[in-house]
Amino acid sequence: MKALEIKGLKKTFRSNFLLKKYNILKGIDLEVEKGEIYGFLGPNGAGKTTTIKCMLGLLIPDAGEILVDGQPAALATARRRIGFLPENPYFYDYLTARELLFFSAALFDLPAAEVRERVAALIHRVGLSGHEDLKLRKFSKGMIQRLGLAQALVNDPELLILDEPFSGLDPVGRKDLRTLILSLREAGKTIFFSSHILQDMELMVDRVGIILEGAIRRQGKLSELISRSTQYCEIVCDRISEKTLAQIQPNFACRDGQFIITLASDADVNLVVESIIHNSGRIVSVTPVKMTLEDIFFNEMAGGANKPPTSRSDGTGGPNRPATTGDRQ
Amino acid sequence: MKPGVKGIAVNTFRESARNKMFYLLVFFGILFALSSKLVSFLTLGDAMKVLKDTGLAAINFFCVLIAIFTGINLVYKEIEKKTVFNILSKPVSRDEFIIGKFLGLALTMLTALGAMAVIFFVFVAFNGGGFDAKIALYFFMLFLELLVIVAVSLFFSSFTTPILSFIFTVSIYLIGQIIWTYNEFKGLVTVPLWRAFTQALYYLLPNLHKFNIKNEVVLGMAINPWSILYAVLYALAYVLALLAITILVFRRREFQ
Repeated sequence: MKALEIKGLKKTFRSNFLLKKYNILKGIDLEVEKGEIYGFLGPNGAGKTTTIKCMLGLLIPDAGEILVDGQPAALATARRRIGFLPENPYFYDYLTARELLFFSAALFDLPAAEVRERVAALIHRVGLSGHEDLKLRKFSKGMIQRLGLAQALVNDPELLILDEPFSGLDPVGRKDLRTLILSLREAGKTIFFSSHILQDMELMVDRVGIILEGAIRRQGKLSELISRSTQYCEIVCDRISEKTLAQIQPNFACRDGQFIITLASDADVNLVVESIIHNSGRIVSVTPVKMTLEDIFFNEMAGGANKPPTSRSDGTGGPNRPATTGDRQ
Repeated sequence: MKPGVKGIAVNTFRESARNKMFYLLVFFGILFALSSKLVSFLTLGDAMKVLKDTGLAAINFFCVLIAIFTGINLVYKEIEKKTVFNILSKPVSRDEFIIGKFLGLALTMLTALGAMAVIFFVFVAFNGGGFDAKIALYFFMLFLELLVIVAVSLFFSSFTTPILSFIFTVSIYLIGQIIWTYNEFKGLVTVPLWRAFTQALYYLLPNLHKFNIKNEVVLGMAINPWSILYAVLYALAYVLALLAITILVFRRREFQ
């Protein structure tokens, strides 16, 4: 049985006055296996939060089925197994952290002794020890995010749904959250989280679903998506004349006295490396470059999986520089 | 009681109890009730009657203010600040949410009214009035009236803004105070369609006059027990019907 199954999920919103229809979700299908971290990736406005709200019964879907552990998600009993952290969470600012956790636990009808133990453990686990009796109006955004995670874990959920959990966190907070999520997976929990921060996602997820304009464009194991994607190899060499190198490989770039050759296939690599060595050149590095999640994501954004990866916006000429387009500089 | 309902009710009460406005209104309610002593000095006639009359009126006024001001924000604020996401994503149904909110506010009103009532009883006793059971009955009837007002404000709060909720709730409260006079004037309405419309309004809007026994209390008149029983049943039916409608509206709400 899957931890989460969504079949043909559709959702339309209407504008208030003109009653114009906006198709936000156009038939989402996705499956989350038990015990995995599933990354739900998409740009702003793609439908990530709408999908999550449908899962939790905050929005009523127009069509489709959502099952949590085989049970319809609309049932309150299904939500018993779920922990949820909303995007930019806001909690009652007149409560303290401890009171909020007790209030959250009260909604699950847990035994009082268990709640006391769990609340104390969670406060420690999310790094809020010493702040448990502080009113939430005095909390920073990062502390609220940590508390949000604690309240999502108060029922010891089987499935944890996190909507943009990394937003508003500083690097330390992000690292702590990553560690916490990974430890939850170790404990057998299933984690479904949405994000548009690719680096965090790439470091953690087992499987990823890319949503664009209300439809899943690509889904699968991250390792498979990346290994299946186009690769290229970057050779850095020096101590060889430009003229000699041009005879071996006409397309290359020159930077800081070193030559950079970008090759499309592994078969060429051996040949080029041997030729450089044979001509007394020195190989500085040979780097096989796989496509990153970012490349896959921007590929999908550009409208097709088979298009060559686009240039990186930071201009560093990193791994997603077009393959075999090394040019003389 | 379901754990979700209890948790929400307790938290709603806590929210009100930590609101400075709540204390301010309770304080002024008590202050105005006690200042009835001054009014009794300045007025001719039975000082105790004046004291009771103005004191009870002050308590009534401030309790109604608390009910309206707390009620109109109740659900709207949860949606506006998105705290409702944290509640409804847990195993709590929308029905339980509304019932919990209502019970929490009812508890708030009971506390506010209880505090004012205790002080007023002591005040009356201190001024030689002794314990008057009719005053206790007056507070009970006022509590029923407050429950109806809370249900009305909760209904509007579930789908509109606090400003509109305030206007609608105050309008209904004012109409509810005088709607009993409709039977006196309905003969003046001759157009059948208009008459049917006003008749429908008469039955739909709450008749808050049923809860007003101030004259009987102040003037020491006899109170018909059947009118009390009728008022209890009326409040119960009205609150339940309004809560049912609020729940139906809230079930269809989407939280974008």
